[in-house]
Amino acid sequence: MTANDARRAGTPVRPEHGLRPLSELQALESESIHILREVAATFARPVMLFSGGKDSVVMLHLAAKAFWPAPVPFPLLHVDTGHNFPEVLSYRDEAVAFYGAELKVASVQDYLDDGRLRERPDNQRNPLQTVPLLDAITEGKHDAVFGGGRRDEERARAKERVFSMRDEFGQWDPRNQRPELWSLYNGRHLPGEHVRVFPLSNWTELDVWDYIEAEKIALPSIYYAHERDVVLRDGMWVAITPVTPARDGDSVEHRSVRYRTVGDMSCTAAVLSSASTVHDVITEVGLSQLTERGATRADDRLSEAAMEDRKREGYF
Amino acid sequence: MSPTLQAERSALAQGRRTLLRLATAGSVDDGKSTLVGRLLFDTNSVLTDTLDHVEQVSRRKGLHRADLALLTDGLRAEREQGITIDVAYRYFATPARKFILADCPGHVQYTRNTVTGSSTADVIVLLVDARKGVVEQTRRHLAVASLLRVPHVVLVVNKIDLVDFSEDVFNTIATDFALLSRSLGVGDSRVIPVSATEGDNVVSRSARTPWYDGPTVLGFLEHVDDTFVAAGSDFRFPVQHVVRPQSAARAPWAASAPEVDGDYRGYAGKVESGRVRVGDEVVVLPRGSHARIEGIDTPDGPLDLAAAGQSVVLRLDADLDVSRGAILASTEAPPAPTRDLHGTVCWLAERPLAVGSRVLVQHGTSLTKAVVKSVEGTLDLDFEVGSVPGWQATDRLQLNDIGRVRLALAAALPIDSYREHRGTGAFILVDETDGWTLGAGMAGPTPLHTASPGPVTA
Repeated sequence: MTANDARRAGTPVRPEHGLRPLSELQALESESIHILREVAATFARPVMLFSGGKDSVVMLHLAAKAFWPAPVPFPLLHVDTGHNFPEVLSYRDEAVAFYGAELKVASVQDYLDDGRLRERPDNQRNPLQTVPLLDAITEGKHDAVFGGGRRDEERARAKERVFSMRDEFGQWDPRNQRPELWSLYNGRHLPGEHVRVFPLSNWTELDVWDYIEAEKIALPSIYYAHERDVVLRDGMWVAITPVTPARDGDSVEHRSVRYRTVGDMSCTAAVLSSASTVHDVITEVGLSQLTERGATRADDRLSEAAMEDRKREGYF
Repeated sequence: MSPTLQAERSALAQGRRTLLRLATAGSVDDGKSTLVGRLLFDTNSVLTDTLDHVEQVSRRKGLHRADLALLTDGLRAEREQGITIDVAYRYFATPARKFILADCPGHVQYTRNTVTGSSTADVIVLLVDARKGVVEQTRRHLAVASLLRVPHVVLVVNKIDLVDFSEDVFNTIATDFALLSRSLGVGDSRVIPVSATEGDNVVSRSARTPWYDGPTVLGFLEHVDDTFVAAGSDFRFPVQHVVRPQSAARAPWAASAPEVDGDYRGYAGKVESGRVRVGDEVVVLPRGSHARIEGIDTPDGPLDLAAAGQSVVLRLDADLDVSRGAILASTEAPPAPTRDLHGTVCWLAERPLAVGSRVLVQHGTSLTKAVVKSVEGTLDLDFEVGSVPGWQATDRLQLNDIGRVRLALAAALPIDSYREHRGTGAFILVDETDGWTLGAGMAGPTPLHTASPGPVTA
């Protein structure tokens, strides 16, 4: 009896001895590579957002694997807030060269300098990224924009598709999303619209770390424990930097800390940690009792629906 | 390191932890959100800040304990209106498995949501309220899940505490469900008595159901057989793109990658079903030319064998005209390319589908124009336990209808029967103008037991 005959007879078919399903990481990697290839094959001008943060590094690594032995067939885009950690910026340029990619930079500082944007009263620059990002998408005529967002990060993201349609203002309409069926990703769109694509949708924070360990991917140094002057504000450890100087009455402490996300210095806090290797970090992440955004991102604490609001406005 | 985490790390280090995809279905107020919240909570997948938030909101609502259903709240409108709008994806893990759960709302647009969730699911988790038993929504959801060929079904008989943990009530529901599953042709099913609010039989075994000796919900999910997910199905490989690097420089990040020269030509894609070995003969569809697999390449090094789910680059021993949209298939029973596509379509759009409608058909990695030749009736999901869905004559499909449709294609597609091939038997219908996803299609005979082989043409 052949496999087909057995199935037609309603008997479940057993794989031959020794053939097992893919491991979790193999399955996630393969799914992401499939998504990356679909986008490159069906869009005219994709671009990949790249900050040097761990999710974007994993995404770049997957892109390099997806198109090997050819180079990554689209440019990378970094929206530089002007408040980036210097360690992350130097890492960014090294990683771009290592993977043989091309980088474009959109600068929030340029927009502030020529008056197209103004500083916010709270000095946070993450919300200011939206305008330079949308301008860069328009100027580059990009019809697909890869982001490193994961559905486990935040509750609004749990509802987002792998292919997420955006209008010309970059807005996400959570009540009007296309159904996404099987692995048939549909990127057809009207002129002026573009598609945000999230190849890491089904990864969790722990998956990302496991993969970094398995693939021996280099990261910016501030993901690992280092000594820094920090101050405790609103339950978060804020580093003393030119952007976030000590205030009167602060009790500055010298502590061993690391970062779980490496966004803008003005809104990214550290966690106390002695994790100096990927393995230590995985142990810590596996045991930690705080979600990474909740622990360290001031911009998500603005309101109960902070991420949802920023997504609607065209943030990733 | 905790013992659980240690077990988790060691399973992962050996590459043993696998991925299982679930979809939930249930009707309003049967406690689905609470069950999902309970699974997340009891597998330690909820972190302190999220739980603090849920406790705060619960207190504000005047509840005296955390309402676990709030863990699955997504959008502002959902919190404000107390409803669930769309499919949400949740993640939890045990040492043996990682689970991706598509949480499908039961009431609004249940067809659209259940079809979406079921399309990728290995297991469907169906809920009923123990006080109500198998209801109309249960029959509909199960019919949709079996239409989409979800391999396993687990029926959670929730709120068993509200019927005093009665074995009789449970047995009546289990008997109804067994009859329903048998008549619909559901492969593997299981029934579990649960109180999601109290935690009975979700993750921990309940002492209050001594008459039940089966697994808990999590225990079932951890041990359900996932081997035939990648199983001995026929080899299918939709080509995503042709790999022809201009230069042959070795990338510094790919130390174990094979040497590549300027003449390299390979085909990138993901094995959709079955497996392939170096030396195997394959047929290139829709053209029908034959070749042998010369190499299976990845940047991690060459492979002897690639199986369902793996993204690889295949090289052939013959110089053939292969481009995106082609399917490499085993030479045993390959699908015959056809311009006459007959199948079952779940219609997911407000605008109706009628004879003469022009759409795009997306199948594998190809996209082709199509025109609707006939609409042959819709499935009537209002059927009683013990009977099967029947057909109603119609000339158009409306939102949430499931119907038989015949399409004429502009180009021949090598499309399998969905009954045998969940990957290459599936297609979607796309609006030519605005790109909207209009419908989900399954080629070949309706993959569900129905009253007759098909509808009578209207």
